[in-house]
Amino acid sequence: MMGDLQMRVTALHDEAAGIRRVRLEPVEGGLLPAFSGGAHVVVAMPDGDVTRRNPYSLCCDPEDRTGYEIAVARAAASRGGSAYIHERLAVGDVLTVGAPTNLFQPDWRAKKHILVAGGIGITPFVAMMAQFARAGLAFELHYAVRSRAAAAFAGVLQDRYGPRVKIYAADEGARLPLGALVQNQPLGTHLYTCGPERLMDAVLETARQAGWPEQALHSEHFMAPPPGDPFTVTLGRSGRDVAVAPDQSLLEALEAAGINPRYLCRGGVCGECATKVVELRGTILHGDHYLTPEERAESRTIMICMSRFSGDRLVLDL
Amino acid sequence: MDTAYSATHRPETFRDETFRGDFSYANSPGNIRHFPFPFHEDHYRYSVNIEPHVPGLPGSAFEHLIDVDEHYLAEMADRAQVLAEDPLRYQALPHMMLAQWDTLELLMEEQARAYPHLFTLERNGDQWRWINRPLGIDDTFTFGDPSTLPREPLDYICRQTQGDIALMDQREGNLWMDAGMITAQADWSLDFDVGMNFHEWHAPVPLAPQMGVFDRALKYLLNLQVGKPVRRLNWTMTINPRLDTSPETYPKWGPDRTTVTPENVGQKVHLRVELQSLWRLPRSNGMLFVIRGYMMRMDEVVTVPKWGRRLPRVLESLPPELAEYKGLSRYRQTTIDWLKRHDDGAPTSPGIFPD
Repeated sequence: MMGDLQMRVTALHDEAAGIRRVRLEPVEGGLLPAFSGGAHVVVAMPDGDVTRRNPYSLCCDPEDRTGYEIAVARAAASRGGSAYIHERLAVGDVLTVGAPTNLFQPDWRAKKHILVAGGIGITPFVAMMAQFARAGLAFELHYAVRSRAAAAFAGVLQDRYGPRVKIYAADEGARLPLGALVQNQPLGTHLYTCGPERLMDAVLETARQAGWPEQALHSEHFMAPPPGDPFTVTLGRSGRDVAVAPDQSLLEALEAAGINPRYLCRGGVCGECATKVVELRGTILHGDHYLTPEERAESRTIMICMSRFSGDRLVLDL
Repeated sequence: MDTAYSATHRPETFRDETFRGDFSYANSPGNIRHFPFPFHEDHYRYSVNIEPHVPGLPGSAFEHLIDVDEHYLAEMADRAQVLAEDPLRYQALPHMMLAQWDTLELLMEEQARAYPHLFTLERNGDQWRWINRPLGIDDTFTFGDPSTLPREPLDYICRQTQGDIALMDQREGNLWMDAGMITAQADWSLDFDVGMNFHEWHAPVPLAPQMGVFDRALKYLLNLQVGKPVRRLNWTMTINPRLDTSPETYPKWGPDRTTVTPENVGQKVHLRVELQSLWRLPRSNGMLFVIRGYMMRMDEVVTVPKWGRRLPRVLESLPPELAEYKGLSRYRQTTIDWLKRHDDGAPTSPGIFPD
């Protein structure tokens, strides 16, 4: 991919139980592009014969142009990326990193920004808060964690931003006061949430019921591609068949076969990898957040980074 | 590639010329091949024609990503005059301040990199020094602190950059024109369009919406990445080399269209090309839209035989709706007739560059 950076791991740090922070600096030296809060990079990682490319939010100060930092939670059922970072990645290793892309940017018109994080969903907010603080914008962070020991960045964020950071640890019986949060906010407040789907759904639903306009609600739905049953896809232009393994995404299988489809986020959000379905005998298991319910039902398009297939024959315009 | 083209584009002197009054604007013979002729074939075809904005043919307008040429000083003087008469040609909504700084950085970096003999940017943390030799500027300021510059950052740098500039905010799956400096426009108005989204400001363009062109273009632009700018060429024609053909000043230039005669086509009729580049901005995730304009009168166009053959063929194939939208209807045929004298019917080579 054009614009990829070769970056060396210069520090590994266990930010909290099960969360590893990785600092990456450009092998060539020099300054990296600044980025915007909420941006992610796609990191390519070798995993046996496969190259995993996973999106991770940047969780450092966007004005620190000497390096980028990501933080990765150890996933219970990791397909490779998280296990690789926790078990095999070492200081000095070189990784290929794509240019920062932002699908979760702040609305700069907001009079106030309310950030609601759950667990590892804290990462995009670390960078956002650095920008808000520098620009003198009003913000507050509400951060739900299992325990303080599992709360990545909690200490450093409280040191930096004081009472604007509120932590709710489940093992202390604290819960996000969602109802209170969405009440009595100044006109022009925007709400952002990132974390487990259940938390994000609850945040957004509470706000909607309180009458918040859809334009003021923002969420980041990144997920790793789901594993599933193996299937075969046929490339319409060459007639070639490509097998997709249980722990491989369709996009990864195509890349392993030497096809290089367009992609950007690899998390089913940006729409870049939308691919035309030429023939379908079976069911597309849509795993993205991009297609509308109508488009899913029609299944004339598949988002190959996240979706799978079950049935006899799937032919794509590739 | 001949020698004229292998030379690197490195403007040393700037023409003393005007874009109003006596209209002394002209291209030096050496600058004619620098012009971004917009037609790559003999037939007109509407397309979005977006391509990566990467350095192109040495000596051409594509060599450097932000192009500076012999008209730099004259264009900056004309811009200052337009702004003095109509301050609303510069506007920036309050939420665009971060995008303003992004733009200042990008335009300073690109110009200093391409033309070190004209511009220098020294950075020491957030203490920056900017030297613009042609305009005699040497300023030190704090990046991120608007109070350390004589004007808002966008206002400051646009007065030192050729081309109109629009800044777009990205939100709600759309792009919003929320800032800009527009003083050399082909009949559109920032004051009218400011705050509009992509579909709203393109609404007047005929034919294209039905083709789904704008939906596709918007989808493409929303995923534009930092460090991977794209460009497209747009074109129209202007009578007399007037930069400021805005709706606000229509009474000054609209009547010029009635003054074209078979005798004065070569002098009066200008092909006007916009090299439009779009850049994702790093800190704001906004988008910078640079509309870099070039004008060349018909006398100059036909000094390149390939362009002299191709231009009348393209103008003949232009759909009437587009000729009307571009404001060419009154003088299109007169111009074609004049140009035809320079078209011997020989085939032309593909691509936009001279043979």
